[in-house]
Amino acid sequence: MSFSARRDGPHWFFKGARGIASLPAIILMSAFVGFCGFAVEAGVPFGETVFMTGMIWALPAKVLLVGSILAGASLPAAFITVALSSIRLMPMVAALIPEIRTAKTPTWLLLALSHFVAITAYVFTMERIRDVPREHRVAFFAGFGITVTTANIILVALIYSTVASLPALLAGALFFLTPVYFLTSIWASTRDRAGRIAMLFGLALGPAFHQIAPEFDILYAGLVGGTLAFLADRAWKHRSGRS
Amino acid sequence: MIGYETFDYWWWPYLFIAIAGWIATDMWRWFGVLVGNRLKDDSAALTWVRAVATALVAAVIAKLILYPTGALQEAPVILRVAATTIGFAAFLVAGKRIWVGILVALSLLIGGQTLLGL
Repeated sequence: MSFSARRDGPHWFFKGARGIASLPAIILMSAFVGFCGFAVEAGVPFGETVFMTGMIWALPAKVLLVGSILAGASLPAAFITVALSSIRLMPMVAALIPEIRTAKTPTWLLLALSHFVAITAYVFTMERIRDVPREHRVAFFAGFGITVTTANIILVALIYSTVASLPALLAGALFFLTPVYFLTSIWASTRDRAGRIAMLFGLALGPAFHQIAPEFDILYAGLVGGTLAFLADRAWKHRSGRS
Repeated sequence: MIGYETFDYWWWPYLFIAIAGWIATDMWRWFGVLVGNRLKDDSAALTWVRAVATALVAAVIAKLILYPTGALQEAPVILRVAATTIGFAAFLVAGKRIWVGILVALSLLIGGQTLLGL
């Protein structure tokens, strides 16, 4: 490792940190206002709401955990619900890691930084990472992930006592923001055909599997939809390659 | 069965959240690092993993819109789906500008609810 590479690290870390002022980060913070309102409504105390913001970080997982608490679910049931909804984090991290690491990046650092991966960090990083020199990509991702997570922990702590006075119409809109933002940003950041087909399959199969196997709908939709999209993309490539 | 309100200790809810929330999410992230460390940059395996990740997220999106939690339940499902679809179309027409899609979808949702007197 050369000295100049080490000197450039902080520069890229701050470049990532500046992503706090980007559209994805601002939308995520709005969505966290919506989540905080939901937690207050559900009667989750201040300390626990702040704690889960930092510890879980992924927004859908938190919504499901609060939902489980509301429903009086047992610990194993809550664990399974949250774990099933969070399986998507595994392929997301697995897809992100080859983009940001170098041959020298220690695994413990990637394990620690993987905590900051959620949909927003994934979309933000995948969109911008090609413009970051490879040896500084980990710093760039760390800067964004740590800053945005910390900012949202502080945000949730600050608004906890006042968020209950939010009108229902606005609270509903904040909940609506998350799926619409995910939909558009993932479409915009997906460059390959397989990814676009997977998106369409996932949208259709999620509700379809919800009717058949509501406990595992997201898992099935992901595996079946993703695999079908992968195969369709292969077949497409194969055919255009021959003609 | 052990639940959120089983024990009266101050730390019990935190332990509950740590197990059912933190471990339940971070274990997948850790698996992801171990798998991702073995994937080549432009391999077919990585394309498949990315496709599965995208389909999983898409399924979450569809569920957040069709079976929402919290205040969004107040809006009728037809309105939620219409606002999303038109918002997405506006996003595409506007040259994939994300803020256009969000603005259109949110305006339709709030406008629709106001018109319906909800």
